[in-house]
Order: sequence, then structure tokens, then C-alpha cells
Amino acid sequence: MKFGVLQFPGSCDEVDAVEAARHVGDAELIWHRDRDLQGADAIIVPGGFSYGDYLRAGAIARFSEAMESVIEFAREGGPVLGICNGFQVLCEAGLLPGALLPNVNLRFTSRQVRLTVEQGETAFTRACTPGRELSIPAKHSWGRYHAAPDTLAAIEHGGQVVFRYAPGENFNGSLNDIAGVTNEAGNVMGLMPHPEHAVHELTGGSKDGLCIFRSMRLAVEGVAA
Amino acid sequence: MRARVLIRPKAGILDPQGVAVERALPALGFEGVENVHVGRLVELDVAEEGQLAPLCEKLLANPLVEDYEIEIVS
Repeated sequence: MKFGVLQFPGSCDEVDAVEAARHVGDAELIWHRDRDLQGADAIIVPGGFSYGDYLRAGAIARFSEAMESVIEFAREGGPVLGICNGFQVLCEAGLLPGALLPNVNLRFTSRQVRLTVEQGETAFTRACTPGRELSIPAKHSWGRYHAAPDTLAAIEHGGQVVFRYAPGENFNGSLNDIAGVTNEAGNVMGLMPHPEHAVHELTGGSKDGLCIFRSMRLAVEGVAA
Repeated sequence: MRARVLIRPKAGILDPQGVAVERALPALGFEGVENVHVGRLVELDVAEEGQLAPLCEKLLANPLVEDYEIEIVS
């Protein structure tokens, strides 16, 4: 099973994403100018920055050649995980509902956060324990999740809110404490905090991020929750 | 054709930049200033006016969270 990890000018978490994915399978980088997804079974759009994030975070990256292939891959049902800037890119690409806005505190904030697993059967959480809290790092200045009231009601009703900030952890001002959300089909997820940085106790404060990559592997292999 | 596109956060969406500017003003002696919103201005030359709305929708603004206004300058 192989993960493909996109690399944009400005990406800075792609190497950690490859390292994290290699705990559960193979992983290769895919340069943003490359339309060929190299036979990847799952795609990670990593965090950091992309194309200077001019206009809005992720606004320009979504038109890259690699993203055109990722959009097609996602529409065919392939699993796609967007982390941080990758979440912003997937929203801009229309693969996920809503948008990310500047943090309510207007500051770049880097800290460990506790997340609640709201849905335990998705392609991204079936190896996680529902209701359990994950401790993983968050670091961003554009992380405030926003969706129009009807969209928000639909994603809540449809079980698309997969991760929430635990009480007291929502520093960016996201609506309904939303940290991670899927598309309607459930094969695309955006997550603001960084599971790829939480795969070693020493450097990530926990290994809690691993269950997300394990889940993606199970989903690719057709193993249910 | 020269055009200006004004992009601003949609009404009702919290605009922390506007709030920060609004809060800074009384310290400088400007009292009674309210409802500050910060947006951005894009100036561009286009071949045809018809290009403007699609390029705003697709790239310059995110219609989910921003409104835009097009002004033809010359």
C-alpha cells in the first residue's frame, strides 16, 4: 500500500508526512508540477505553505498540475487527507465544505491540542477509538473553520465532523469546535492539527497521530471499522 | 481595460483584523469609530470586462466567505 505526499513550493511538513506514512506502508513525494500520482493508493496534501499563500491560504496551490490529478482521484473515491495548509487547499479546490479563516486571535499559534474522535468508522479513524482524545500538535495562523449555517447543519447531521477540539482547546475560533471534516462521500478529510508530527513520543508529545495513517491503510485494504 | 476589485469578508463573518484595527483607534484619540472591516484591493488590466466576474469567483475571492465588487477604472 502506497501513500503519495504532495510537495508544493513552501511545503514544510511533507517529509514528516512521508515518515509517518512509512510507519504503515510505502510513501513517496509527488512534486506539484507532476500530474502522475505514481500509482499511490492514498494521497496526503501536507502542511506548511504553498505558493506564498497569496490571496488566501491554498488559493493558488489548488490549480497546480498535481492537484488536478488529486481532484480526479478524489472524485473516483480515492482517500485524500489534507493537513493544515492541505486542508485549506482541499477547501479551495471544492473537495471539502467550508473554508478556513484567520485565527480569531490573529496570531500564529503552535501548541499541543487535544482532539476528540467524533466518528470512529471513517476511512481516517477506523483504527482510532471513538470518543477517545488524541494529543497532537497544531501550528497555524489560518485555522478558523467556517461554513454557512445550512452547510454547517448538513455536515453535522451527516456525521462529517470527524474531529473536534476538546473543551478549552479551540484557540482559533472554529465554528462548533470543528478540527477535522470529511466530504459527503467520506473519502476526503481535512484536519487542521498535525497527526504526522505525533508519531514519536520524543518529538510529537505522543504517538496518537499514527491511528489516522493506520486507518487510511485499512480503508485502502477494505478493512471495516 | 483597467479594473479594481474590492474584496471584503461577508457580512456576519467575524473579521478579527477589523476588530483589531477598531480597538486600536481609541488609543490614538479616535473615538466613535465602529464596524471596521479589512479587505483587499486588486487592480488589473483585462482584455474584456466579461473576464472579471469568472476570475473573481474562481481565484480572487472565495465566494463562501468573501464578497467582491468590480469597478471599471478606465
